Amino acid sequence: MHRACLAICLNAVLAVACVLAGTGAGAAFEAEARKFYPAPNAPPGAPAQTGAPAAPDAAGRALRIISTADLDAFEPIILGFQAENPDIAVDYTIASTSQLMRAIHDEGAVFDLAISSAMDLQTKLANDGFAQAYRSGATDALPQWARWRNQVFAFTQEPAVLILSESAFAGIAIPRNREELIALLRDNPARFRGRIGTYDVRVSGFGYLMATQDSRNAEAYWRLMEVMGRLEARLYCCSGDMIRDVADGRLALAYNVLGSYASARIAENAPGVRIVQLNDFVNVMLRTVTIPAGARHVDSAHKMVDFLVTLGQRPELAARSGLPPIDDRVLRANNAMRPIRLGPGLLVYLDSQKRRNFLRSWTSSLVQE
Amino acid sequence: MSGRRNETSATTARGSIRRQLFVQLLAVAAILSLAFFLIVREVAGRVAEATQDDILAASATSIADSLRFEGGEVTLDLPYSALSMLGTINEDRVFYRIVADGRTLTGYDDLPQARPSATAPRPQFATFDYRGDRVRAVTLLRPVGSGSTPVQVAVSVAQTRLGMAAISARITSIATAIGVGFFVVATALSLLAARSALSPLARMTLSVTRRGPADLRPLRTAAPRELVPFVDALNGFMARLRTALGQSEDFITEAAHRVRTPLATLRAQAEVTYRKLERPEHRQALREMIRAIDESARSAGQMLDHAMVTLRTDSVAHETVRLDELVRETCDRFAPTAGLKDIEIVTELPPAPVVLAGDRILLQNALHNVLDNAVKYSPADSTITVRLSAEPGAPRRVRLSVADQGRGFDGRDLKQLTRRFSRGSNVGDIVGSGLGLTIADEVARAHGGHLDISENSPGAGACIALVLPSA
Ligand SMILES: Nc1ncnc2c1ncn2[C@@H]1O[C@H](COP(=O)(O)OP(=O)(O)O)[C@@H](O)[C@H]1O
Repeated sequence: MHRACLAICLNAVLAVACVLAGTGAGAAFEAEARKFYPAPNAPPGAPAQTGAPAAPDAAGRALRIISTADLDAFEPIILGFQAENPDIAVDYTIASTSQLMRAIHDEGAVFDLAISSAMDLQTKLANDGFAQAYRSGATDALPQWARWRNQVFAFTQEPAVLILSESAFAGIAIPRNREELIALLRDNPARFRGRIGTYDVRVSGFGYLMATQDSRNAEAYWRLMEVMGRLEARLYCCSGDMIRDVADGRLALAYNVLGSYASARIAENAPGVRIVQLNDFVNVMLRTVTIPAGARHVDSAHKMVDFLVTLGQRPELAARSGLPPIDDRVLRANNAMRPIRLGPGLLVYLDSQKRRNFLRSWTSSLVQE
Repeated sequence: MSGRRNETSATTARGSIRRQLFVQLLAVAAILSLAFFLIVREVAGRVAEATQDDILAASATSIADSLRFEGGEVTLDLPYSALSMLGTINEDRVFYRIVADGRTLTGYDDLPQARPSATAPRPQFATFDYRGDRVRAVTLLRPVGSGSTPVQVAVSVAQTRLGMAAISARITSIATAIGVGFFVVATALSLLAARSALSPLARMTLSVTRRGPADLRPLRTAAPRELVPFVDALNGFMARLRTALGQSEDFITEAAHRVRTPLATLRAQAEVTYRKLERPEHRQALREMIRAIDESARSAGQMLDHAMVTLRTDSVAHETVRLDELVRETCDRFAPTAGLKDIEIVTELPPAPVVLAGDRILLQNALHNVLDNAVKYSPADSTITVRLSAEPGAPRRVRLSVADQGRGFDGRDLKQLTRRFSRGSNVGDIVGSGLGLTIADEVARAHGGHLDISENSPGAGACIALVLPSA
């Protein structure tokens, strides 16, 4: 297993201009961004900076996190963590879910924590032996559904929602479940043609996860895809783009949007956008953290895991990051909320044959050339 | 010599039946507990493994059922339940591999796959190490496709054994708890069993110790079969003892008779002859002879008395004795002997009857010997006072004292005097055997009392007292 020795140069905060110079084989995962947070207690040195840390020594002792969460959401958490642990520097690398998987599963890159919204890939990491176990009072306090093997720990619960533009729904009833949504789209083709957005599950891991869970949960899913396909639904890579287009009025509705992002954006500056939690069922995605088997700073990693799973005890920090912490009461209050179950079931849709079959069905339903 | 000897055990205990029984029962219980534990653990392990095997087989079967033959090749639409069912009970890692015609169709292509024989298309189970954990794997062979040459597809599903280990650990800990509990209960029951098994022995011991010392009748308590030989032996022994004691007593009585009678005859003859003789030197010789005869008679009598006392003190009969009457009778019988020396015996008896539990013959014997001494060591024409009274300062005790006006003890060591054949230095020319006080002392002690030897005060002389417990 080759270990990538990283040297990263970076142009802008969220730019994709990282070059990884591996000492071993040529192929390496692509990071989107990297930011170094020196330990607040460390002797005066470089302030929080982007890119590679000034002193390689400091980077050597830092807690190395690879994550799919962008800095908007995660920077408050890192700073909150450092406020409690001023001796720990954090080296935060952002990558897509698939690149994260590639880094740890295929390339054996050295990270102390892997944080991802792709529950299936995190499960596969643990199943295939790339995660190490950890138990503490904090992790034991998690509900049973929010951890697996003491290797995968959920720290957020994010429902997949329907968002719609209120103006597009002027005069018609807002659908409450998938059956009503199907009926509505069938009855008003003119109003919705070309104005429906959903994930392109061929490129979005999150979209694929939601689609497969939908198909498992409801017969209506395939009919919905059929209808959306006929109405020339537009396909997106990311929740953010869909929310933007709904806010702009370009889309009447977007299906399976990550509720946490939606509420964060809407709270900022998108009047006229409405979030709907369908009442037949709501898939709840869990953002999870694992400690890779090759982690170097295990103690710091343990502290960060404890910090993340107890996010619910710091409501204002959770609010600042826009990440809804694990809260069993929320789920119990709404029976339709179904957290996606961690465990080997998630491996099924990662199966190459299964994926090919699913994408074939999905494409034939939705992309009707 | 004491009648209470059987209160302190003379035998040193060597081992204990109860302990032995208890230890053996305990050993059996321990072995059974251990066997129980091992069996439960083994069975638990088997059951857990069988459960896991069933789920693995169900998973592999559901995968095999989803295999299709389309467009000339095998395809698989992996059912969600095939893997999710493996995650329902525990959080074990799951691996699978589907091989069609020697080519991995999907799954973990490094998962070792047993080559199931086509002739026996049963699921093949195996246990091996994979990706750092021990896994249990099943492999299923399924022909897919129509026509004469279906494709052989091997479906393997593997799962780590964490959950199974947890189940058997739980069952093992329950088995341990039950085993320990069983052992504790067995220990308590063993204690009870050992005690109750030996209770007939305790009962018999009690019935033997409760007996009077002279009670040599055979034991009649019902004994368990195992103890019957012992009881028979004991009864046989007691019968022999009874016979032997009876024979000894008969012998002593017989001996006394055979010795005394000829001596009495001899003395009478000597006296008759004495009267007929006239020459002083002849009379002198004959007087000597009569004296010697008297001495022999007394010594023989005392020795026989002593033998009798020794024999009887081991089994003092506890009949009710009127001590005042006994004293009066004995003194009356002694009066003629005392009269020969012009000695008067004065008795001072309390008005009320004095009763005690004891052996009449022994008490008579003791008093006789003390009186005999008093007469022996008193000068002629003196008085012997026999007094029966309550012992001062000791309730339920009586003092029977014989005080004379003789030579007393000269303040010598009085303890010596009760020793067998020991005589005082004050005896002078008076002959004796040194047994009189020994007999009196033994009788007093056999009755739970003692002999009190002191100077007679006021006045000169000796005072010998038997202090006895009264009824
Ligand atoms: N009444 C008495 N007066 C003086 N001495 C006595 C009297 N009774 C006993 N003794 C002393 O106690 C000794 C032991 O007495 P005893 O056992 O009867 O033996 P004995 O046959 O010598 O009298 C005697 O030798 C004598 O010294």
